[in-house]
Amino acid sequence: MTNPKGRFGSHGGQYIPETLMNAVNELEQAYDYYKNDPDFNRELTALLNEYAGRPSRLYEADKMTADLGGAKIYLKREDLNHTGSHKINNVLGQALLAKKMGKTRLIAETGAGQHGVATATAAALMGMSCVVFMGKEDTIRQALNVYRMRLLGAEVIPVESGTGTLKDAVSEAMREWTSRIDDTHYCLGSVMGPHPFPTIVRDFQAVISREIKAQILEKEGRLPDAVVACVGGGSNAIGAFYHFIDDPSVRLIGCEAAGRGIDTFETAATVNTGRPGIFHGMKSYFCQDEYGQIAPVYSISAGLDYPGVGPEHAYLHDIGRAEYVPVTDEEAVAAFEYLSRTEGIIPAIESAHAVAYAMKLAPTMAKDRIIVVNISGRGDKDCAAIARYRGENIYE
Amino acid sequence: MNRIHEAFEGKKAFIPFFTCGYPDLDTTERCVREAVAAGAALVELGIPFSDPTAEGPVIQEASLKALEGGVTTDAVFDLVARLRRDITVPLVFMTYANVVYSYGSEHFIGRCAETGVDGLILPDVPFEEKEEFLPYCRRYGVSLISLVAPTSADRIAMIAREAEGFIYLVSSLGVTGTRREITTDLKAIVRQIRAAAQVPCAVGFGISTPEQAAAMASLSDGAIVGSAIVKLIGQYGQEAPAYVGDYVRRMTAAIDNCPPEAVCV
Repeated sequence: MTNPKGRFGSHGGQYIPETLMNAVNELEQAYDYYKNDPDFNRELTALLNEYAGRPSRLYEADKMTADLGGAKIYLKREDLNHTGSHKINNVLGQALLAKKMGKTRLIAETGAGQHGVATATAAALMGMSCVVFMGKEDTIRQALNVYRMRLLGAEVIPVESGTGTLKDAVSEAMREWTSRIDDTHYCLGSVMGPHPFPTIVRDFQAVISREIKAQILEKEGRLPDAVVACVGGGSNAIGAFYHFIDDPSVRLIGCEAAGRGIDTFETAATVNTGRPGIFHGMKSYFCQDEYGQIAPVYSISAGLDYPGVGPEHAYLHDIGRAEYVPVTDEEAVAAFEYLSRTEGIIPAIESAHAVAYAMKLAPTMAKDRIIVVNISGRGDKDCAAIARYRGENIYE
Repeated sequence: MNRIHEAFEGKKAFIPFFTCGYPDLDTTERCVREAVAAGAALVELGIPFSDPTAEGPVIQEASLKALEGGVTTDAVFDLVARLRRDITVPLVFMTYANVVYSYGSEHFIGRCAETGVDGLILPDVPFEEKEEFLPYCRRYGVSLISLVAPTSADRIAMIAREAEGFIYLVSSLGVTGTRREITTDLKAIVRQIRAAAQVPCAVGFGISTPEQAAAMASLSDGAIVGSAIVKLIGQYGQEAPAYVGDYVRRMTAAIDNCPPEAVCV
């Protein structure tokens, strides 16, 4: 689906400073080699299975199914992975690749802290040094994850420029990479940025849909009718969608963070409210003003609080293959509480956006229909923030 | 054919950069006039972008302040039109891909030609993506300036062969901002550029002192200074134009007197 310059339809590309071009070219060449290297794949599979705990379960949520009274709901339990989210899938792949390339230092951006924690973890495991850039605002919202990263030996740099959130962390990580390339790999956390990142990250996350497909065929003997996942940059969603893209009977539904609503300025629903632009290395949809200034976005979820979306999602939207629906803070928080009480599973507030949409969708579908919801991460990190949202002041 | 080549005719070019609208557009206009009167050969006008990923802290902050002050792309075009009533040196825009793309690439580049902007520097558009803007630049006679970096290596000849206007040689790794010393072997890079390019080459990033400017200009065709000037403007605000004039005078004097192939300091 990608051409040599990493295009997804008109989206994608490599809009980065000349200083980084040889670095991304080198990365592309290394990836093209190692993705077909049996030793590399054996090592990666061993890490994913023995270290990260794959395959993750596809759990039949029968309480939720019964309560909603419609389609049967399965939860893909990426929250059960080591480090608590799907982020580890990509990070183990990239860290191993970086190591093969002779890099000794990983840098990363993080929003909610899940990707930062995963990167710090892989760096600790592989004996690499690690620096994580995190928006100042997010270091406050996700203080526990900051501590986890430091505990794992990473340096966490709070980013105060711009709005002090995920987009600024990405900008700062890019600036850092421009100044130190030789020993450093930029371990980008989502299916975004310049080619080859959207492809590399998608390939490493595609293990999610590969497993879902095998698991649902075993349990139900057929494909699901819908796969639902939350979308910020879009890595867990593309991972959950990828092996179903060529199965037109499977609806692919990405849930964007609408924040306080897509009719307000306090939203991060890029496909629903943005327009085409060029930023952070890629052409895609972005929340921006009439002059192309990137808009400050808002979501209760630090991991979805990003003004852009991965180029492959932009393309899947353009061709009508995937749907992108907005889910508000309030709906996500309600789903966070609902899944905790109904199934005894506390989802990440990011994943709760997908749960919220599944709660709306399931009752509209017949009982013989199947929905798979990707629970991209666990919600422990969010408890204090959600308590505050509900007016309860607890300390982490 | 636009005016850019005039900046390099028979002399080394001193090229100052201004973040338009920092602290306000009137001050920018007065600074540009002072700089030109003091000998600037070409002026880079930065259209502020909300998330300038190639900039260091000084220009980042200036960009945000300018945007907070309400500067828009249209207001910058108006500034250019006012400058063009009497300023004849080449003017080039430095901004980011999205500012151009979002305005409508053809509309933006058409307005460049109409108001008198001779070139366009887009630090987030490498050789591989220049087709996004190049057809419009050709149509309207606006040079799309190519950048060469210390890491360009095997890419230098490819970039230089197709370069237009002038080549912006990035002196060091990293983002814009002043540096105590520049350690890249620029001489070798300039040699490779000159072997392939039809256009002059000026060095930017990290230059702040007359000594650095002289050294950079002596091994290339000119020196570009951004952060040091923006810092000066931050320091003196609306009083900045006189200080900018003095600074540019010192820098152009240093460049004019520089030996043909001085050693890099």
